[in-house]
Amino acid sequence: MNALDIAIREKRYRKGGRDTVAIADLAFTVPAGQFLCLVGPSGCGKTTLLSIVAGLDRDYDGKVERGGAGGGKIGFVFQTPRLMPWLTARDNVRLALDPPPKAPGRAEALLTEMQIGDRLDAFPNHLSGGQQRRVALARAFVDDPDLLLLDEPFTSLDAPTAQQLRDLLLALWARRRPTVIFVTHDLREALSLGDRILFLSAGPGRVVLDLPVEMTRPRSPDGPAVEALRKRLLDLYPDLLRGLDRQASAENVA
Amino acid sequence: MSLSRESLNDAGLRLLSAVLLLAVWQAVAMSGAALLPGPAPVVQALIRDIAEGSLLSDLAVTLWRVVASFVIAMAAGSAIGILMGRSRPVDGLFDLWLVLGLNVPALVFIYLCYLWIGLNETAAIIAVALNKVATSAVILREGARSVDQSLLQVAEVLRLPWGRRLRRAYLPQLYPYFMAASRSGLSLIWKIVLVVELIGRSSGVGFRLGLYFQFFDIANILAYTASFVAIVLAVEALIIRPLERRLTGWRT
Repeated sequence: MNALDIAIREKRYRKGGRDTVAIADLAFTVPAGQFLCLVGPSGCGKTTLLSIVAGLDRDYDGKVERGGAGGGKIGFVFQTPRLMPWLTARDNVRLALDPPPKAPGRAEALLTEMQIGDRLDAFPNHLSGGQQRRVALARAFVDDPDLLLLDEPFTSLDAPTAQQLRDLLLALWARRRPTVIFVTHDLREALSLGDRILFLSAGPGRVVLDLPVEMTRPRSPDGPAVEALRKRLLDLYPDLLRGLDRQASAENVA
Repeated sequence: MSLSRESLNDAGLRLLSAVLLLAVWQAVAMSGAALLPGPAPVVQALIRDIAEGSLLSDLAVTLWRVVASFVIAMAAGSAIGILMGRSRPVDGLFDLWLVLGLNVPALVFIYLCYLWIGLNETAAIIAVALNKVATSAVILREGARSVDQSLLQVAEVLRLPWGRRLRRAYLPQLYPYFMAASRSGLSLIWKIVLVVELIGRSSGVGFRLGLYFQFFDIANILAYTASFVAIVLAVEALIIRPLERRLTGWRT
């Protein structure tokens, strides 16, 4: 069963008085429970795509269908943590629970599992960048979403913290198995996380390579398996990360 | 530790400043200025006004007018300001009205209300409120314009119901503006209420000050002023500052 059926003919937006096409002829499906990574150069419409999938942007030409139960919950981890500055870490996470429980419970347990159980009542401006990301991740996870959207969630973090959060994300994903769309421009990160990677062209974005990744987990982003695959990809398609202008084939990589 | 020492210093400075004011007052009074009674006669007048006069009931009635017009002005001003800040067409349509409201002299509003509505309580309260609506609308409009859309998107993704979206994501962004409007509004309203009472009411601090003015009774004027200032300070310390700490305390 597909969790997502995406067919966007065109998405335009106005920027600086100019009409720009952000996405053109972008179509793919995502099976339920899949961990999908989206990789593409900046300006290829990745963030726009997530907004459309999340229902934040309804002004486009095309269709996005959610499979399964109609009212499926969505978790969204934005590029910046976007915590409510006037709510404590605990209340930021509880915001996602409706109705918010009176007794301490899931929000606190999740934050404790993320190793910020001692900062439950801290306001975001007293938390480090890594801690804020954890709270944002907990907020996206706490209500058991069927679909989890992440928009370059770990950029601007130091490497060990980013890796810690990636492991945490994978552990949470393995437990509940939501469908995941993870946007990144970091090929190593994508290879270490995803079941499948979609490479997008430069804007307007469309899929130029649909690559299944079958390596067993855990995979280290700096490990030899990821490095070997990365090298093979870039040898075959040196321009892959800048956005190919032609269709590539996954068979060549395998 | 350092914080408590700082606040201790703060309190000490405030006390020193009050003592200094009293000393200057006493000195000027003793220098033979017949037009300024010293602190002692004023305190005597104050005690007499409380015990035998109508100071307490005058204060109560003035306070009631302040509260009523403050609530009306803040509610109407906030609603207008938020609507204008959210919508460009509404803003364009009513901006001129706002400029007008800001610049019509308080006295004009007062006279017009008394003429149109009559010399009664309703007219008095509306006249005061009208003088404040435009300023609070302007401040809240600024707040509504600067609302961070990205936080509202979070609320939308979380599918928060309407009421919680307002309380958790939208209104907290306006609290600082609301507090600023309250502060400036209160100080404006204190002053205008007295004028309204002077012109068209037969009760309240403004009315009484008018009487004492005609009797050339400076000690009683100062006694009423002092009691009024005490109330303003109490409102600031007991209501406004705690509220501000509560609403915007996360900033520290």
